[in-house]
Amino acid sequence: MTELTSSVAPPYPALSEKLKFYGIWVAVALVVLALPSIFGSGGALTTFSLIGISIIFSLSYNILLGQTGLLSFGHAVYYGLGGFLVIHAINLISTNKLPIPLPFVPLVGGLAGLFFAALLGWVSTQRSGTAFAMISLGVAELIASSALILRTFFGGEAGISANRTKLFRIFDWNFGPQIQIYYLIAAWTLLAVIAMYALTRTPLGRICNAVRDNPERVQFVGYDPHVVRYLAFCFAGFFAGVAGALAAINFEIANSAYLGALQSGSVLFSTYIGGVGYFIGPIVGAIFVTVLSLSLSDLTSVWQLYFGLFFIAVVTFAPGGITGLLMMHRPLVKGSTLGKVLPSYLIALIPTLALVAGLVLAIETIVHHTVNPGDDPNIKAFGMNFNASSPITWILTLFLVVGGFFVARETWRRLARAWDDALTAAHERGYHA
Amino acid sequence: MLELLVISTLNGVLFGMLLFLMASGLTVIFSMLGVLNFAHASFYMLGAFFGFQISRWIGFWPALFIAPLLAGALGAAVERFGLRRVHRNGHVAELLFTFGLAFAIEEIVQIIWGKSPVDFRVPASLDFPAFRLFSTNYPAYKMFMLLVSIAIFVGLLVVLKKSRVGLIVQAALTHPHMVGHLGHNVGRIFMLVFGVGTALAAIAGVIAGPALVTQSNMAALLGPILFVVVVVGGLGSLPGAFVASLLIGLVQTFAVSMNGSLAGAFGPLSPDYAQTWLSDIWGVTIAQIAPIMPYVLLVLILIFRPMGLLGTRET
Repeated sequence: MTELTSSVAPPYPALSEKLKFYGIWVAVALVVLALPSIFGSGGALTTFSLIGISIIFSLSYNILLGQTGLLSFGHAVYYGLGGFLVIHAINLISTNKLPIPLPFVPLVGGLAGLFFAALLGWVSTQRSGTAFAMISLGVAELIASSALILRTFFGGEAGISANRTKLFRIFDWNFGPQIQIYYLIAAWTLLAVIAMYALTRTPLGRICNAVRDNPERVQFVGYDPHVVRYLAFCFAGFFAGVAGALAAINFEIANSAYLGALQSGSVLFSTYIGGVGYFIGPIVGAIFVTVLSLSLSDLTSVWQLYFGLFFIAVVTFAPGGITGLLMMHRPLVKGSTLGKVLPSYLIALIPTLALVAGLVLAIETIVHHTVNPGDDPNIKAFGMNFNASSPITWILTLFLVVGGFFVARETWRRLARAWDDALTAAHERGYHA
Repeated sequence: MLELLVISTLNGVLFGMLLFLMASGLTVIFSMLGVLNFAHASFYMLGAFFGFQISRWIGFWPALFIAPLLAGALGAAVERFGLRRVHRNGHVAELLFTFGLAFAIEEIVQIIWGKSPVDFRVPASLDFPAFRLFSTNYPAYKMFMLLVSIAIFVGLLVVLKKSRVGLIVQAALTHPHMVGHLGHNVGRIFMLVFGVGTALAAIAGVIAGPALVTQSNMAALLGPILFVVVVVGGLGSLPGAFVASLLIGLVQTFAVSMNGSLAGAFGPLSPDYAQTWLSDIWGVTIAQIAPIMPYVLLVLILIFRPMGLLGTRET
């Protein structure tokens, strides 16, 4: 009997491991605290706030996609409803002068998300896979269209707004300046991340993984996959509501775009690009996509097209997302065979960059000729200056795209071979993951 | 009243047949490849825009044939060079691939043709009233749309029921793996089916373009309704898709033409509630909630018959 328990229960973690585990969280908290003193500008603080909101939202989405295997096209519904409810709550609190300070208000959004997820989730989680994806889309459209009909509550096209500074104050913070909002969002982000990480370690989190991998087997063990999916859906709704609440507090407005298909699509993009296989994936994705969308829109007018193409490239070539790509190298790093593939990476990088540059040139030239044909043909994109109407540009573009494609294909084949060799070598040294 | 009934039925059947042109391709693709093509409505949009551009260059009638061929070739290429590659990453990756594709196609259409509606007109040879019903002139172009979609429906039925290709497709609807085991070139059939399915959507786009608005958001508007059709009919069921298309076409058309509201039926709300959210529900007309009707139907179907009207498969 003792043998059985010792083989089932994991060994009690050593002190060093515990320190390492809690050390990461403490370090993250310190970094979050110190960020405003390093990048103190208003723009940076706004960016950090958006990243924080996006992190909560993406992680909540990953409870569905990564951990339970539910692909949802309508996650923004709970985000948006959380935002709307919070705006109404702020207005209610300030008109009735209730003694509720702003830092507790996001909880309202979370509860709103939870309530609506509990209400709508039972029907939609009856099925998984493709059917669930379609149903989530239908429910999202239902809510988004209804929001435009119920004008008094949702404010129609303009949305509804609130003043966050008029609430009951603690520590004499009125939450007017962006720095105070940053700390509010940072605190909630940290709390939500810890809570969602803890959720993955609970028996429920584990059974969610089981439902994702083999629902039939879960049924044999005695759990109802529908109930498990429903519970995961409710948790995801709660955290999405918190994210929506923080967004509403940040902008002091909630409108129908919060609930829309674009919002649902963008959380899917950031979660998947970051990588659904690891807990940290959506965090990486949220940071990457927020920064990318803010900076790309300065560089080119058709940044959404690049964004879509980038997403297609990730789905096609790197289904594990950014973290998946990085984690692939773990056995190589541990087995110290990474040096074998690095030269191939550098060789493959050159034609790939040429191909990408050619595609960018082609897109920008076409955009110039279709969107603003009368303008000056000397255009600038991504810091490159070129003449969109000169044949030299066209020939260069064609050369870069065609030449880059064929050379890149060959170098990537070589890279794949080098990769296999390095991985085999790492396996021989006993490092498998 | 009778006039409204007849005209709405005609329009409803027309809209339903258009929906079925798209839903049939979507259903067959889903049954064979196991992937719900998120970009299906985008091919409908591409059909409309190709049709617009070609009819501007060489006229509407050539466009009616060339645009679907182009869109179908594009669809076949997407299957051959995109989906087949992504296939090994699983169904979620396939669905996401088509999702990204839909996003990219919308952006590309916006870049080339702009965000505002293009001037895609009914050809002059069809721009006359077909018949006069009570006091309404029914346009000939709508009759043409109806005839084309019925002709394609009949053609599809004959091909599916009578030809060898149709036999294989039908077999693949229920037993996709067995078809492969029997030695058919599954890869080529998949590419062909994908191409034909997207071409059907493009035909719908070309004939619907002049009657509805040809705009870069038309895919995003129609796509969700298309999925409702497929889920309500039952995933993978072609007759189910037909019934659901007609049902949704009729429901939406009839709802648009009705003006009743709770306020109209039971009198205005007492002034105490006039400024609250209750007044929204009280005063909204059936015509205003027409856009959400398909989704309400979806939720009802899911509660009472989760596998869809004529569906047999659970997933």
